[in-house]
Amino acid sequence: MSTAEQPWAALRQRLIDAAVLAELGEPGMFALGGKFNQVFDALDDLYVHTFADLDAESWRFPPVEPKSLFEKTDYVASFPQLTGSLSVFTGDNREHAELLRVRAAGEPWEELLHPGGLMMSPAACHPLYALLTGTLPEAGRTFDVLGSCFRHEPSPDPMRMQTFRMHEFVHAGTAESAQAHRDSTAPRLVAMLESLGLEIEYVPANDPFFGRTGRIMAANQREAALKFELTTKVYQDQAGATAIGSANYHNDHFGTAFGINSADGQVAHTACLGLGMERTVLALFARHGMNISDWPQSVRSVLWKANEH
Amino acid sequence: MSNNTYEDRLAIREALKQFGRLNKPVAELTDDSDLFGAGFTSHATVNVMLAIEDALDIEFPDELLNRSTFVSIEALAGAIQLSRGQQ
Repeated sequence: MSTAEQPWAALRQRLIDAAVLAELGEPGMFALGGKFNQVFDALDDLYVHTFADLDAESWRFPPVEPKSLFEKTDYVASFPQLTGSLSVFTGDNREHAELLRVRAAGEPWEELLHPGGLMMSPAACHPLYALLTGTLPEAGRTFDVLGSCFRHEPSPDPMRMQTFRMHEFVHAGTAESAQAHRDSTAPRLVAMLESLGLEIEYVPANDPFFGRTGRIMAANQREAALKFELTTKVYQDQAGATAIGSANYHNDHFGTAFGINSADGQVAHTACLGLGMERTVLALFARHGMNISDWPQSVRSVLWKANEH
Repeated sequence: MSNNTYEDRLAIREALKQFGRLNKPVAELTDDSDLFGAGFTSHATVNVMLAIEDALDIEFPDELLNRSTFVSIEALAGAIQLSRGQQ
């Protein structure tokens, strides 16, 4: 199948022609245009408004996180293929001269950089857990986290970017309160997305754990029904459905890793509801077309009325 | 069951000791004890599997890479036997 025949090729071209996206020259790297941002902002407002009753504490984090924090999540053991670390120049004049020489020769000068102790954040909620070490209050705590994520999975499909934002509502508390958070918020997010004209399926899922050992992780995750995805068919029947959100119960994984306890002295359990912002915005353009003014009035009124509440 | 399972069980216990991150000493576990009940996690099963494979020079086939393989020392010993049968 040639590139032009791939199911994503037509959507990608339409998005670029309409200046919703612009290409940056590497797979999965895009600039986001004014139309994109207009929908992004409205979607984000709607999402926050939908879950206003959670009274979530708002935190924002940088797109990179300390390696010490990254270590605690076990991410590199489970997802080495998605991991990115930040390298920096720490050399002297001699090494600078070497870098200039290598660069002038058109050789890969990045190899002269050294690990900077910083990792690209792969999930918006990871840095949050480092703030929670200690004992939670009786009712647990609920958070609103919007952050930039990096995952090294270069793809020509505009629905799979290498950097994207995830907006999450995270709960840390007991096993019961964490599961209740996931199971009560997910159907409400499904309803919110359906009110925007998207057809959503809520399905059991597993993360793309790496390699042979990943098969165990994925099987465990499915057997324990820890992860569900909100999927929609962006390419109709030409390709499988795309996940635009997920609802995850982490058990006591982060509680153990970050020394978080619930009020009863047990290791805390956590859960998160995540909305993939870029994917959801693009799913709306794919569904309703490139001209926002032509979108169904029912959809426009949901997106642009949320602000008035 | 063949007589090499004693060595297999020693190797399993050693792997659990080093990588199991269990909440009780491995010596206190019977071969039937529920490992997940003793704090065994998905992340730990991965390291235990790799250690057992390394120690016994075997490779668990794909169809054994699931939770039930890791539920007890007994289950792991059975999985090792099955792995040898496939080599």
